Amino acid sequence: MTLKLKTLVAAAALALAGTAQAQISGNVVKIGVLNDQSGLYADLGGQGSVLAAKMAVEDFKAKDKGLNVEVIFADHQNKPDVATQIANKWIDSEGVDVILDVPNSGVALAVNEVVRNKKKAFINSGAASSDLTGAKCSPYTVHWTYDTWMLANGTGKAIVKTGGDTWFFITADYAFGHALERDTSEVVKKNGGKVLGDVKVPLNNQDFSSFLLQAQASKAKIIGLANAGGDTINSIKQAAEFGIVKGGQNLAGLLVFLTDVHGIGLDKAQGLILTSTFYWDRDDQTRAWSKRFMAQNGGKAPTMVQAGVYAGVLHYLKAVAAIKSDDGIKVVDEMKKLPTDDPLFGKGSVRQDGRVIHDAYLYEVKKPSESKAPYDYYKLRATIPAAEAFRPLKDGGCPLVK
Amino acid sequence: MFDISVPALMGQLTVGLINGSFYALLSLGLAVIFGLLNIINFTHGAQYMMGAFVAYLLLEKTGLGYWWALVITPFIVGGLGVVIERTMIARLYKLDHLYGLLLTFGLALIIEGAFHHNYGSAGLPYSIPQSLQGVQNLGFMFLPFYRAWVIVASLAICLATWFVIERTKLGAYLRAATENPTLVQTFGINVPRMITLTYGAGVGLAALAGVFAAPIYQVSPQMGSSLIIVVFAVVVIGGMGSIMGSIVTGFGLGIIEGLTKYFYPEASSTVIFVIMAIVLMIRPQGLFGQR
Amino acid sequence: MAALFAVLPFVIYPRFGMLLLCFALFACAFNLLIGFGGLLSFGHAMFFGMGSYLSAQAALVWKLPVELAILTGAGTALVMGVVAGLLAIRRQGIYFAMITLALAQMVYFFCLRAPFTGGENGIQAVPRGHLFGVVDLNQPLAMYYFVLAVFLAAFLLIERIIHSPFGQVLKAIRENEPRAISLGYRTERYKLAAFVLSATLAGLAGGLKAIVSQNASLTDVYWTMSGEVVLMTLLGGMGTVFGPVVGAAIIISMQFYLSELGSWVTISQGIIFVICVLAFRRGIVGEIEAWLRRRRGA
Repeated sequence: MTLKLKTLVAAAALALAGTAQAQISGNVVKIGVLNDQSGLYADLGGQGSVLAAKMAVEDFKAKDKGLNVEVIFADHQNKPDVATQIANKWIDSEGVDVILDVPNSGVALAVNEVVRNKKKAFINSGAASSDLTGAKCSPYTVHWTYDTWMLANGTGKAIVKTGGDTWFFITADYAFGHALERDTSEVVKKNGGKVLGDVKVPLNNQDFSSFLLQAQASKAKIIGLANAGGDTINSIKQAAEFGIVKGGQNLAGLLVFLTDVHGIGLDKAQGLILTSTFYWDRDDQTRAWSKRFMAQNGGKAPTMVQAGVYAGVLHYLKAVAAIKSDDGIKVVDEMKKLPTDDPLFGKGSVRQDGRVIHDAYLYEVKKPSESKAPYDYYKLRATIPAAEAFRPLKDGGCPLVK
Repeated sequence: MFDISVPALMGQLTVGLINGSFYALLSLGLAVIFGLLNIINFTHGAQYMMGAFVAYLLLEKTGLGYWWALVITPFIVGGLGVVIERTMIARLYKLDHLYGLLLTFGLALIIEGAFHHNYGSAGLPYSIPQSLQGVQNLGFMFLPFYRAWVIVASLAICLATWFVIERTKLGAYLRAATENPTLVQTFGINVPRMITLTYGAGVGLAALAGVFAAPIYQVSPQMGSSLIIVVFAVVVIGGMGSIMGSIVTGFGLGIIEGLTKYFYPEASSTVIFVIMAIVLMIRPQGLFGQR
Repeated sequence: MAALFAVLPFVIYPRFGMLLLCFALFACAFNLLIGFGGLLSFGHAMFFGMGSYLSAQAALVWKLPVELAILTGAGTALVMGVVAGLLAIRRQGIYFAMITLALAQMVYFFCLRAPFTGGENGIQAVPRGHLFGVVDLNQPLAMYYFVLAVFLAAFLLIERIIHSPFGQVLKAIRENEPRAISLGYRTERYKLAAFVLSATLAGLAGGLKAIVSQNASLTDVYWTMSGEVVLMTLLGGMGTVFGPVVGAAIIISMQFYLSELGSWVTISQGIIFVICVLAFRRGIVGEIEAWLRRRRGA
């Protein structure tokens, strides 16, 4: 009788396990890469991010693990309406289980709400807003790669520690610029530095001569560029013209990507200090991966945003395989349980608020004479360990954090 | 707010002058095309951008540097302008001006989209030519040589253009042709060809401004669209028929904007629109316009 | 047309249909000004965008019920329309267009910096709530029919305006203003009225859109939005009744269905602009109407 009972219990257990074993919806894990393919952020992410996602699926060897994975993509054209339409449609009628990338903070925040309503996963690698893991955090959202707090702290603290203790800010006059300036000022002051002044510049202003003159007059050792994209490029190009770096001041780029440096040219960008969480030439692993990427990307080196998409998809698939389900919240919870480990970002983890913690690096742009090949632009100045690089969990104001 | 130092103010005024000379040069092409041909050339920003890109490509593909670019680029882009005029714009002369605006707006979209597709948005590197690098210490500021060159060249080109149009026979024929084409044609002057060449010249001027910009501004597909609205404002304020109006307004605006950047930087992008709105309400034909 | 739209949500994705209706309304409002009033405004995005922002603000922060939120948006646009109209109406043609553009740019910069708009982040998570406290608008079909109802009401309003004596006077002014003045009409007043009506309806469209997409952002006030509505109206047919609806449908569809093609969206929009101006000035509906007239006449 004991044997029969055991068999019965075993059978019952198996049956229960069978039903508890959640399904992969539609038998396919569908990954949707939603980013800017034609506008300002197309170089940062664009088709490169799609390539990165596909590489992650390949490297994960999904087929061998019994998973069917598909990658689709769309261009949100930097319009929140288009992005939310696509996101909704993907989830409602195309069975998309996770949305990747989404640069442009305004769009990212809109998509954040969509996934919250539809209960699907969202791994953001392109947007800067630290609200994604702060006031607007969601149990479905994971924020990889970077955010404004990390940039401000990484660059600010590291520079002050190496002697750059007087600052002047050229700030883009909108929320993002203000946030960057505010966060960096705080760090600078906390570490014993002084902020000598700042000037707020309208967005998309082309000519910075007037503001650079003011920065020169302040005699601050460091000129912090609290702006991004075209504004940063113009600031740097014109700073070179006015001989700012030659005059002994240094520029700190608070949000600079490899593609920006490529667009400015080393002769003008040399000496620029910036923070990044990924550089293709950092070590053998990143080099190997990047060579594979460049071969399929027309020779263009990967940016940290694209690397974040790769790492995010890899970790997502790991979680799906572990719990054999692609149910939004379950996968994200599993992602938070498993430590992250990939050749691009090294070891890290996903926090309760959705923030991914990994090491960050302080780089300086090389002189033209020091660069041996295209994209050979950075030299390492300092490594910022993961634990210090991102905003402390309790400071974010995320309702998920008790 | 008023605790400024004289050196700082002088520095800002100089910078304002530099920017003004740039605005003047940029609006010159637009003023020529509207003033003489009554075409509202919205493609102007895209043609300016093409000028910068052609300069970059000349350097990349043929090794021809800045000085060559200054001479060659206006002809290349101007030539393209001639093609556009012959094939498309000429058909709209009998219609309302606004169709010309819409057509050139569409063309601008096509050109910018195409460049975006091919070159992305991060921009391409272009450097100041060796001979113009470096700064001159003026005491109250460091003035880059390149910027001084821009002021001088811009003044020269602006005055030369104004002279040709207002003081030479060619200019007189042109002005007559736009006011009364049939009459002028009876004098044996090929009016359509003059119009085409004038459009080409206006476009060439836009491209020339693009070459001037390439070493100091980001060379990217959207560089034109950021400026086009400002340039329109300059031409409208100056008076849409008046070359001198655009030149004076360009310089004046540069200085006003420069002062705003010093005293109230956040408003420096809107100040021009405020001025435009005011001028249009008080004196709709612009400061120097005739109608 | 009403019948077509009534069955639409069963054929295409309802959310898409809703968004389409909002933009169709925007285009119709714009068409009132250009097609019937003869005034090209290059700054209509300011009415659409501010309508969108104020409705979002009303629904999310002031916690007004949906109907009042949308009316807040329309009301804001009405006030703005009066102010802008008083400033712009006195000029014509290109000068009028330039003033509207300048005003729109100022509004854009204001929205970029004003705290309530959320700057470049925009306003998110706008609630849909319950219509009249009863109908749950989070259900796609319910929302769709609500939007359709508002659209049809506004559309009918526009049609009545066009065919009323007021509309006739507007047409007369558009054809030959000096003659209208000599006939004793205070043309400035008529033009201002048309402008304010157009602005208010554009604001209504914006407010509706804010509830449909549940967000409001800088894209709504940027000058490219003004350009898009010009394109929609031109493509569909300026001065026709259904033209703007057709134009909006095509342009919005392009944005979504071509979204995999990247830069081609901008390029195709440009090409359509060029082709329309050169060969197709009456727009799609205009050409169809002309063709029908030829058949009937000849």
